[in-house]
Amino acid sequence: MTGADITQYFDYLFMVMLLFIGLTIIRLQNLFAVVMLTGVYSLIAAAWFVSLGAADVAITEAAVGAGISTVLLLAAMLLTAGEAKPTSAFRHWAALVVMAAAGVAVFYALGDLPVYGAADTPANTGPGMAYIERTPDEINIPNVVTAVLASYRGFDTMGEVFVVFAAGVGVALLLNLSGRGRREEDGE
Amino acid sequence: MVEIVAERFTYAVILVLMMVGLYAVIATGNLVKRMVGLSIFQTSVFLLYIATAKVFGGGPAIFDYDDLAYGTIPEDAIYANPLPHVLILTAIVVGVATLAMGLALVVRIREIYGTIEDDELSEIDHDDELKKGV
Amino acid sequence: MSPYVVLRVVSKLLIPLIFLFGFYVHFHGEYSPGGGFAAGVVVGVGVILYALIFGMEAARKAAPPYWARVGMALGALIFAGVGFVSLFMGGNYLDYTVLDPNHTYLGQHIGIVAVEFGVLVSVTAVIIAIFYGFAGRERTGDGAED
Repeated sequence: MTGADITQYFDYLFMVMLLFIGLTIIRLQNLFAVVMLTGVYSLIAAAWFVSLGAADVAITEAAVGAGISTVLLLAAMLLTAGEAKPTSAFRHWAALVVMAAAGVAVFYALGDLPVYGAADTPANTGPGMAYIERTPDEINIPNVVTAVLASYRGFDTMGEVFVVFAAGVGVALLLNLSGRGRREEDGE
Repeated sequence: MVEIVAERFTYAVILVLMMVGLYAVIATGNLVKRMVGLSIFQTSVFLLYIATAKVFGGGPAIFDYDDLAYGTIPEDAIYANPLPHVLILTAIVVGVATLAMGLALVVRIREIYGTIEDDELSEIDHDDELKKGV
Repeated sequence: MSPYVVLRVVSKLLIPLIFLFGFYVHFHGEYSPGGGFAAGVVVGVGVILYALIFGMEAARKAAPPYWARVGMALGALIFAGVGFVSLFMGGNYLDYTVLDPNHTYLGQHIGIVAVEFGVLVSVTAVIIAIFYGFAGRERTGDGAED
């Protein structure tokens, strides 16, 4: 592998931690521990994003994954149940079969992925790099990610905002935003 | 074969993480743990995207402010590919919104059925159908 | 009111800083990592922390739920509105160059700031709304009702 840099060694560290946490989450039945480990998983993923050169994504993932998701999962856990039932043998084997089938499929496709970290792959020479070249002339702001997000792909971002809006409305409809009206609901 | 995997070792491990998430979704009957599995799967997909954007020796795609103002951006500077970053940035926030949606459904299911284990849920549904005389 | 004095004092110090950091991430998003999505989540977290420490009643007074309801729609409308403004000024939908009469970078900058503000408002409101939705519930009695 040519041109590898120091971040590769960080990669191995993060891989080991993520795999360990993922397998622990599967084994645990106590939902509180599972939720907390999910927050840790997101935080380590955010650290990996920094090492991969995606600072914007890392900020968002740290705030969302380790902050909001954990709070929401905790709230949902407190409103529902604290323990999960142990996995039955049938489910375990069924899941393993599905996982093996999907795993074989994705690993068959592994060879078609671009070489890790190379600058001359199709993925890294197309529109992404063109955005870097054009941003100083056309948008003239330092952060290319913001330029692409808000200007070049503004239509896409607008769709995402509407999806977030729709999800917010959905939760408000399901859970009754203001917290009132529980009585009327019971009276049915 | 060994070389193919060695050059894509990071992807291989991320795919294993995805499979761990998939297992968590299928193996557990608990709906909250299932959402946790989905979010592990989702985070792994984010990692896969960002890993393809990695360029060795390249930092985040942010120019130095003075360089930009005076038009002296170095020609040979290396940056990570910003396009996957944009896609994933929005996907993360949409992901938490959909996670909240799923959890809201789980909370409502718990309020009506009194359980969030899916085998008990289908039992209750089955009993209801029998009561109706189907 | 939470009985934990340390948490209360520390969070009183931290919450303004969290909001400040959120707005820094937002308004500095063109020059450094950040932007509307990350900033919206950080600002939302500030409100959530306040609600967790001082209770839901205090939080409902500080940030009423109807703000969240209005904000969700308002943010999305600001984003779409910028698109219509550029449409009516003679450009394509969401083409910010026409926002400046001289067609320089300034139009792009105005457009990006306006659009990111819409994202900030919408994401903050949705995060607060989702949290209020979950926190407003209480655990109902165990066992099926029917």
